[in-house]
Amino acid sequence: MAQLLPKVGGIFVQAEDELAAINMVIGASVAGWKAMTATSGPGFSLMQEGIGYAVNAELPLLIVDVQRGGPSTGQPTMPSQQDVFQARYGSHGSYEIIVLSPGNVQELFFLTVDAINLSEQYKTPVILLTEEVTVHLWEKIYIPDPGEYPVLPHYTPSSHNGEGFLLESQLHDERGYNVANDPEQSAKAIWRLINKIRNNIDKIARVEIKYADDNPRIFIASYGCTARSAFAAVKMLRRDGYRVGYLRLITLWPFPSQIIRSKLGDVDTIIVPEMNAGYMAELFRGLGYNVISLPKLGGEMPTPEEIYNTAKGVAP
Amino acid sequence: MKVYFRTIKDLPGEEYFGPGQLTCAGCGPSIAVRWLLKAAGPDVIVVNATGCIEVTSTSYPYTAWSIPYLHVAFENSAAAASGVESAIKVLRRKGILDTKARVMVIAGDGGTYDIGLQSLSGMLERGHGVLYVLYDNEAYMNTGIQRSGGTPHFAWTTTSPVGSKLKGKVQRKKDIMSIVMAHHIPYAATANIAYPIDLANKVKTALEYLDEGPAFIHVLAPCPPGWRYPEEMTVEIARLATETGYFPLYEWDHGKIRLNPPSNAHLDKSKRKPITEYLKRQGRFAHLTEEDIKEIEKEIDEYWDYLSRLVKAFG
Repeated sequence: MAQLLPKVGGIFVQAEDELAAINMVIGASVAGWKAMTATSGPGFSLMQEGIGYAVNAELPLLIVDVQRGGPSTGQPTMPSQQDVFQARYGSHGSYEIIVLSPGNVQELFFLTVDAINLSEQYKTPVILLTEEVTVHLWEKIYIPDPGEYPVLPHYTPSSHNGEGFLLESQLHDERGYNVANDPEQSAKAIWRLINKIRNNIDKIARVEIKYADDNPRIFIASYGCTARSAFAAVKMLRRDGYRVGYLRLITLWPFPSQIIRSKLGDVDTIIVPEMNAGYMAELFRGLGYNVISLPKLGGEMPTPEEIYNTAKGVAP
Repeated sequence: MKVYFRTIKDLPGEEYFGPGQLTCAGCGPSIAVRWLLKAAGPDVIVVNATGCIEVTSTSYPYTAWSIPYLHVAFENSAAAASGVESAIKVLRRKGILDTKARVMVIAGDGGTYDIGLQSLSGMLERGHGVLYVLYDNEAYMNTGIQRSGGTPHFAWTTTSPVGSKLKGKVQRKKDIMSIVMAHHIPYAATANIAYPIDLANKVKTALEYLDEGPAFIHVLAPCPPGWRYPEEMTVEIARLATETGYFPLYEWDHGKIRLNPPSNAHLDKSKRKPITEYLKRQGRFAHLTEEDIKEIEKEIDEYWDYLSRLVKAFG
């Protein structure tokens, strides 16, 4: 980035720390230019205050969190998926946020553009949540020409009838006026921020489903790097004659409950391999499915064989 | 400073920073820590910031530390040390613990100039009796050579690249000593791994002052992979940094500023070696033009002018 951005008229700034990084991005977004920052778990923790500010001030910007093993700098060079709930609700207060989870290097590219587009469309920070193992992977990718892939223009908060500009951290109404001392208006303001995400889940959320044509009653559901092992496991199971389907969450948050329910139909069991203490498995359990959680901690990805063996035990 | 050690033979034979570390060959910071701990002796508690020394000295199942050691995170070693020092104070006051243990922070330039500056300032301002040692290898070496506030002007790093638009770091090195001295603490000094006796005496002096308040030592510690030179040249390059006037040795002792040998002769520019002697040995400066070198020389002259005025005012 330091080498490439100056060549295309961009600016790369190395911040003194992650508090500075997120607030620099906030400043750039307000001032009229698209901006993003990238970090991993410990830095992501430091950025939480800024993320909450950007939600409240309705600023489009992108944060990339490359997940390593925690808590703290627990396993700073190893991958994990332990930040899935921090990405959702890491900052204080009630809010909803958009979090995307790329499954490979090509998708890292396209979802970065998609994430920025979503942030511009919904005037909110968006988080691209990936893993150490995905970003250190070398894969051939296709980079589209300018104009080939949709890119939305940058949204900057408007000045008040051209008379001035004021943006601060307290709750505001649609006109930008501070409503923090008015319970009714404050509630309305928070609900507006939350519902602009909740009411558009169908438009925001994306799920990839494969091997579903023969209505399998067992699905393996995963996301990010772990989905690659899950996909390999499903192919092995199919090869051996087991009817097992594959589901990958491309959008982690907002969680696409309705989409999953409508597409999966009469599924009995969902197996959820993930590199944390079984967080997303709980979400599938909440949809009423029988869920087998396959949590894996320690820095190694679940192998296709591990997932295969679990699925084989329950598959008809 | 007081003179506790006159020759290398006066330094304790005991090693408190032992084998079982993964630093690169010729690592300047590990040389710094070895001398630091020898001078400090066994009655010291080290609080270490994230950085080269932390990751290379604590790799399971080994440890290089034979004294109590605490690592918290990147930005907060001075804050954690403030807590340790306060707790020891309470334990002593209540008669629960009878210890003369001193608290010493060891942190790199990233953890001091940049992310840790706030907690350092807080510790100095509150007056905790902690010795804060900055080992300065002039970039984030542990994560692959990114520039820091301590990286000098024109130095190549991965985030201050050399190419058609940029020629290394655009900005000058932050003057951390002036920032620290502005807190008017009892003692602050610069030191260099090439001058171990000077370094050891400064450490011992600083530790003796901790009942009055904080102390700070800024140690230059070259890095072979980051500065791009052969690893056997670490001490030579460190010495040249001082001999060319790039890194003067001086101390702030209760409001008085004193230049230490050999820098005390360097107010006279003719006594300094040419700066090219220092620059030409390092790959991170390989791209410099004559004009760039003149610019660096001018900046060093400006700094010496500033130092001479400080010495006049506070000497």
